[in-house]
Amino acid sequence: MIRVELPGHLKTLARVQGEVRLDLEPPVTLGSALEALEARFPVLRGAIRDHGTLKRRAFVRYYVCEEDYSLKGPDTPLPGAVVEGREPLIILGAVAGG
Amino acid sequence: MTQVRVLVGTRKGAFVLTADGTRKAWKVSGPHFAGWEIYHVKASPADPSRIYASQSSGWFGQKIQRSNDGGATWEPVGDAFLYDGAAGSHMWYDGSQHPWEFKRVWHLEPSLSDPDTVYAGVEDAALFRSTDGGTSWQEMPGLRNHQSGPGWSPGAGGMCLHTILIDPTNPNRLYVAISAAGAFRSEDGGTTWQPINRGLYSKYIPNPTAEVGHCVHRIALHPSRPRVLFMQKHWDVMRSDDGGDSWHKISGDLPTDFGFVIDVHAHQPETVFVVPIKSDEQHFPLDGKLRVYRSRTGGNQWEPLTRGLPQQDCYVNVLRDAMAVDTLDPCGVYFGTTGGQVYGSADGGDNWAPLVRDLPPVVSVEVQTLA
Repeated sequence: MIRVELPGHLKTLARVQGEVRLDLEPPVTLGSALEALEARFPVLRGAIRDHGTLKRRAFVRYYVCEEDYSLKGPDTPLPGAVVEGREPLIILGAVAGG
Repeated sequence: MTQVRVLVGTRKGAFVLTADGTRKAWKVSGPHFAGWEIYHVKASPADPSRIYASQSSGWFGQKIQRSNDGGATWEPVGDAFLYDGAAGSHMWYDGSQHPWEFKRVWHLEPSLSDPDTVYAGVEDAALFRSTDGGTSWQEMPGLRNHQSGPGWSPGAGGMCLHTILIDPTNPNRLYVAISAAGAFRSEDGGTTWQPINRGLYSKYIPNPTAEVGHCVHRIALHPSRPRVLFMQKHWDVMRSDDGGDSWHKISGDLPTDFGFVIDVHAHQPETVFVVPIKSDEQHFPLDGKLRVYRSRTGGNQWEPLTRGLPQQDCYVNVLRDAMAVDTLDPCGVYFGTTGGQVYGSADGGDNWAPLVRDLPPVVSVEVQTLA
């Protein structure tokens, strides 16, 4: 079970409060976590990754164990602390705009 | 009992304003989708309870929301706006070719007869259609693939398809307008398109009378005479009496003919409303006076309407989708400002009052007249 922390607007869209918990089969990667998240909450398709290309949207960032995972590929394994649910995968809106 | 419902899109959410037929006391509902840019909210003429909203964010992209109960509750529907086939390229600011990239939905135009059919005008300019209530969207690629497409270029607000008109006497006849490509017409339900910009003159484009390249801000028609079109271009207020085959200028005695909105009185097809804006460099009214101008002669002769509107120190703008009319008698006229006011007149423009005055900047205003 992994934990995913969403920004406020995406929590509103998904109609959830607090963290999202997802059960994933190993190996758990950044891509498989995002796919599981979108499968559970289809309204998030296109809001984190673009439709079609599945590229991360420009002003969305991923953080894992205080490390920026935004530029890592979808096959990047998530660390044990995330896979074991001790740390969340954090998805957040970049500090941009006004 | 007659009711009027005003659907307002703003930079930070949607609002629904309701009043009875006297249009004096307004109830404000919202913000819906708080914090998101709501470019447009529009109801189906065939089912007034069915409303579509375009919800977008620079961070989280495009969402489409649908209501089946007149805006009380909403559900997200489909938002995959994928260009049909190769996206191709268009003219960029430096003269180079730039790939078509979807950014947002500017305008939603529900079918006049089917609540599940709705058109979407998007940036970068293209026309999409859903026939399943917004669940899925298909591009109508004949427009973007028009031979002039590689020559289209964005205006300052982006290369947006912002106006969609359906001829009420012939649903296969559609009009769209794109900044800054111009106006186009389809006679076959959106499969093929032709530019309809003859008579437009845009001084500082390479060819001022070019077939495409004009920054058309808005087009309006009266349902009883759908071949008569009124246009607010970047500069110039224009009119066509032949479905866009040719245009002539009707700015007449307007103090400035720059502006964004234009609309037609519900019962008087020769009565037209505009809101003159000082210039393309200064997007606010002349002299700090917010004035709607009305022509009862189909253009050229215009009268300022000022009663109830601020006549000093007013420096707001009125954006292209932010004016609408109801169908009561006398006709109600409504517009929203970048200062967050929504003004209404229940007597065809003679007297105005704010329905609400401290919303986020208003992007769009639509009106429903409910029996």
